[in-house]
Amino acid sequence: MMEAVGIPPFERFYEEHRNAVLGQLRRLLGRDAADDAFQETFLRALRAYPSLKHGEHLRTWALTIARNVAIDARRREKLTSADVPDLESVDEPLPYEELRRLTADLPEKERAAVFLRYGYDLSYEDIGAALGSNPEAARQAASSGVRRLRRKELR
Amino acid sequence: MTISPELDARFRDAAAAESLLDVAYELHDTPVGRLLIAVTDHGVCEIHYDADPEAEAERLARFFGRRVLRSARPTDEARRQLDEYFARERREFDLPVDLRPAREFGRAVLDELARVPYGEVTTYGALAAKAGRPRAARAVGTVMNRNPVPIVLPCHRVVGSTGSLVGYAGGLDRKRALLELEGALSA
Repeated sequence: MMEAVGIPPFERFYEEHRNAVLGQLRRLLGRDAADDAFQETFLRALRAYPSLKHGEHLRTWALTIARNVAIDARRREKLTSADVPDLESVDEPLPYEELRRLTADLPEKERAAVFLRYGYDLSYEDIGAALGSNPEAARQAASSGVRRLRRKELR
Repeated sequence: MTISPELDARFRDAAAAESLLDVAYELHDTPVGRLLIAVTDHGVCEIHYDADPEAEAERLARFFGRRVLRSARPTDEARRQLDEYFARERREFDLPVDLRPAREFGRAVLDELARVPYGEVTTYGALAAKAGRPRAARAVGTVMNRNPVPIVLPCHRVVGSTGSLVGYAGGLDRKRALLELEGALSA
């Protein structure tokens, strides 16, 4: 009779796969983010460990969890990213001078839209009116300006 | 790729803090040698002399569940009390013990064993009588030999009817050392 491969105590599972998991996470996320993802990977493995049915392919299992954690981390990073102030989530209007400096290199229309939206807290309707266009065009100009700022800051 | 000790410790702490472990264990140096101390949510489940950690992890996993991890923090209180005991600053342990794997008679004997006071000795026969089976001295010997939490449950205080030390799972030298520490034997 074939005996199913036993599931080792978690300690052994952890010792055998931790270095491979960290290696993969560093390739996917870089050094710093990998540390947080490492802990999350093995916490998830611990939560799932009681429901494992056999001890085969545990390396693959660990690396799959790691990849999922990395994907989640990337997704989160995208949502909150950028050293640029996250303009859309700033409640207070930005200080005028800082906004002027940040937007100095933007194309005129985008600069105006970003400025009016985030510096003066105007609605897109008002901005569209101010720029002699329409709300939708104003929204597009502001958001493409913000994207441009992010790209610039990330370079 | 080798993980740093800091990252390793961080994970081991987090695993315990999130209550994801069936058993946490740590190795701890004492005057009677290095002990493996294992803890569950119910209390101290094992103290082991000269442990092979890998073999112990296997054994603990069979009794308590597979999520066995070396993690110091859950064992802190037990290690602190053991240190105090060895420094002669503590005579009684105030620690919950997890005796779930013990069978009926073994459990009754271990419960009686817990009542043997610091610095005193009793005999296998006396303990058998207290556990309700006066003629089971030999069986009591077996229970003592398999005591999962020596020192905390003081099987070193149980001796032969003639006063000879008889035996100890950790070796007679250790039994003697513990009794001397408690002043039950003259050094």
